[in-house]
Amino acid sequence: MAVGTEYLAEQPKLRTSAIVLGAIAIAALLAAPFFFYPVLLMSILCFALFACAFNLLIGYVGLLSFGHAAFFGGAAYFTAHAAKVWGWEPLAAILLGVAGAAAMGLVMGFLAIRRQGIYFAMITLALSQMFAFICLQVPFTHGEDGIQGVPRGHLLGIIDLNQPLAMYYVTLAIFLFGFFAIWRIVHSPFGNILKAIRENERRAVSLGYRVDRYKLGAFVMSAALAGLAGGTKAIVFQFATLTDVQWQMSGEVILMTLLGGIGTLIGPIVGASLVIALQNYLAASDFPVTVLIGIIFVICVLLFRRGIVGEILEFTKRRSKGAA
Amino acid sequence: MSTIFGIPTPALYGQILIGLINGSFYAMLSLGLAVIFGLLRVINFAHGAQYMLGAFAAYLLLNWLGINYWLALVLAPLVVGAVAVVIERTMLSRLYGVDHLYGLLLTFGLALILEGAFRYWFGAAGQPYAAPSQLTGAVNLGFMFMPIYRGWVVIASLVVCIGTWLLIEKTRLGAYLRAATENATLVQAFGVNVPLLLTLTYGLGAALAALAGVLAAPIYQVSPLMGSNLIIIVFAVVVVGGMGSILGAIVTGYVLGVLEGLTKVFYPEASSIVIFVVMAIVLLVRPAGLFGREE
Amino acid sequence: MSNAPLLEVRGLNAWYGESHVLHGVDLDIREGETVTLLGRNGAGKTTTLRAIMGILRHREGVIRLRGKDLLSLPLHKVAQAGIGYVPEERGIFASLSVSENLMLPPTVSDGGMSVEEIYTLFPNLHERRSSQGTKLSGGEQQMLAIARVLRTGAKIILLDEPTEGLAPVIVQRIGDVLVALKKRGMTILLVEQNFRFAKKVADRFYLMEDGRMVNSFPGHELDARMDELHEVLGV
Repeated sequence: MAVGTEYLAEQPKLRTSAIVLGAIAIAALLAAPFFFYPVLLMSILCFALFACAFNLLIGYVGLLSFGHAAFFGGAAYFTAHAAKVWGWEPLAAILLGVAGAAAMGLVMGFLAIRRQGIYFAMITLALSQMFAFICLQVPFTHGEDGIQGVPRGHLLGIIDLNQPLAMYYVTLAIFLFGFFAIWRIVHSPFGNILKAIRENERRAVSLGYRVDRYKLGAFVMSAALAGLAGGTKAIVFQFATLTDVQWQMSGEVILMTLLGGIGTLIGPIVGASLVIALQNYLAASDFPVTVLIGIIFVICVLLFRRGIVGEILEFTKRRSKGAA
Repeated sequence: MSTIFGIPTPALYGQILIGLINGSFYAMLSLGLAVIFGLLRVINFAHGAQYMLGAFAAYLLLNWLGINYWLALVLAPLVVGAVAVVIERTMLSRLYGVDHLYGLLLTFGLALILEGAFRYWFGAAGQPYAAPSQLTGAVNLGFMFMPIYRGWVVIASLVVCIGTWLLIEKTRLGAYLRAATENATLVQAFGVNVPLLLTLTYGLGAALAALAGVLAAPIYQVSPLMGSNLIIIVFAVVVVGGMGSILGAIVTGYVLGVLEGLTKVFYPEASSIVIFVVMAIVLLVRPAGLFGREE
Repeated sequence: MSNAPLLEVRGLNAWYGESHVLHGVDLDIREGETVTLLGRNGAGKTTTLRAIMGILRHREGVIRLRGKDLLSLPLHKVAQAGIGYVPEERGIFASLSVSENLMLPPTVSDGGMSVEEIYTLFPNLHERRSSQGTKLSGGEQQMLAIARVLRTGAKIILLDEPTEGLAPVIVQRIGDVLVALKKRGMTILLVEQNFRFAKKVADRFYLMEDGRMVNSFPGHELDARMDELHEVLGV
């Protein structure tokens, strides 16, 4: 998707202002559980990581995956099963979810990158729907019930994650790890080639890059990071259900990224926070959430395709241009 | 009792008939998707919701206004087509200059709104819609009993598909449509009102979906989510067939429907995923689709 | 009335994206005239036709057909005002048969050629009327592209390099067609690199360079101006 708003990514090195802002943000995240419900915050962190992983693909390679729920929800099942049935330590269980999501990403990506644009979106959607059907039928997912009562366990056998604060800080650490992994990928030589492919695939081919391998590599990384988010969510909320693998979930992560700003580093975080906060707020009322999500989709697509962060960046860029 | 591969033949024929019915809907829906995509370059995610709207229109016309099935078969596509015309004029037409993926996202949002709203008003459970009295009962075909309504759906969908194909391949309007699919600017420079053609095409595609919805109402329950799961299967059908060919979309729809029915007989566990498996195989051996041209 | 131009272009500026490609082009064509635009590749000839048709939308200036403003019209209304367009790439549709290609442009006014007349003028097209449009040879496709706009009753046709890449015998044939059209009183705006071909049909020439009209002269002065033309056209 040629949105081209990766201003943050265009900065090769961290500016001082970015470091200061980052430090403030991390300090705020450290203090946050004393002011907000930790469960809500952890939910936001998991979905923010999920959206950042999705954004790696659409924002920096230009591929719209409509099937990322398969990685998020699939990893949740794997992690939940490992932690509950096999009694694995939580971090190991999450890593199993990541590995499972990466393996699924390899298979789905291998098929989907054979077509481009709109077909890519349809193929990923169809493959993830196939996965959802499989999840409905195989015994280990427990069908409509899902895997319930997943133990949070003790991190590395030491830290008791049943303590809300401990769970929160572990979730935060995982989120920050995922976020910086994405930041590293985007700014690596690999990331630059991805952007070159997004801007002009033919030219990248003619320069001798094996474009399909780069696309597949990015797809697997994005799937693995989505799996990291899904596995963590299974430990935090102690269940894994069909909801997380269904197409509505793929739609939600698209919305979060679109709303925050496709191709911006922090846009997906902003978008995920807003959508989760909104869903949390509406949970008490009987207003249908899907209708609202649909309305936000339509408004975003028609009125601000750059997303909130993208529009702000564009605005400040234009203003500094005007001032200069 | 006679058997084939250890399967009693009535069960086999029954599943083939169900497959043919499902295939009828795959064919009608993928046909509409292909027509819309060909000209507008938009994957109409709202196609499933428009199918659902068609079924609900029939249901509401009957229960609120006492309008029967036969009139609904005409009225529901008109109503849904009119809604689609408004959508195209006010929203979709503003996206023709930008990346095609935004059209997909817009129609996805519209599908969520429509399905969410109907779910809010009518609940997730399905509502029954009785087949018209003229089409109830069954006939003995010699090798099986066939419910008359099911036979009617297969025949009606064939008529709809062939009619649409003739409209596109044999009429003046169809020639405009094919030409504009190749080069819309030149067709407009010849004096054809292409923006109007785009609007009508979207309206026609949505009306086809609604017609399929009315036909489906007596077979499946009328429910807000009846379209969303179907549309994803239809996407797979479209990937298998390739969207370059109208006839290809129709044939692929029927064939995959029957294949799904047969899977239900021989290996029921795989019946819900067999179409996706076929899609994966086609992507491996012929990425452009069976009837597609590489773009 | 007969002295007022049929097509009048005044101070036409046009842009492709950011780049300014036409700079104040003036052009007059009277009814029944054949006018030829000469100029090197990239001088703005095709762009002028595309700007008149409205295919190129970013324009300023005046374009009038029989005094009626064309600049403000949506694209499809320009043809309906009475202009037929034969694009450089010919624009034959692959998914349409020859006869469907021929019947594609809607009639814009009475007085167009009947299908019978067209098939008499282009017997090849009649023979191959049910073939796929793009299966025709290059020369036949060019004939079809011209034939297509004759049916519509357009009063003026814009012809973009009809002889490009064609064998001399086909060029000869197209020349004959244009002469026949002139005799019927058709007004023609022709873009042509081959001015030996253009000489046979043109009443007047315009010379373009870098998006500007640099000269115009009557057809009979062509021979006398050969040196000047060679310099501008770089032939």
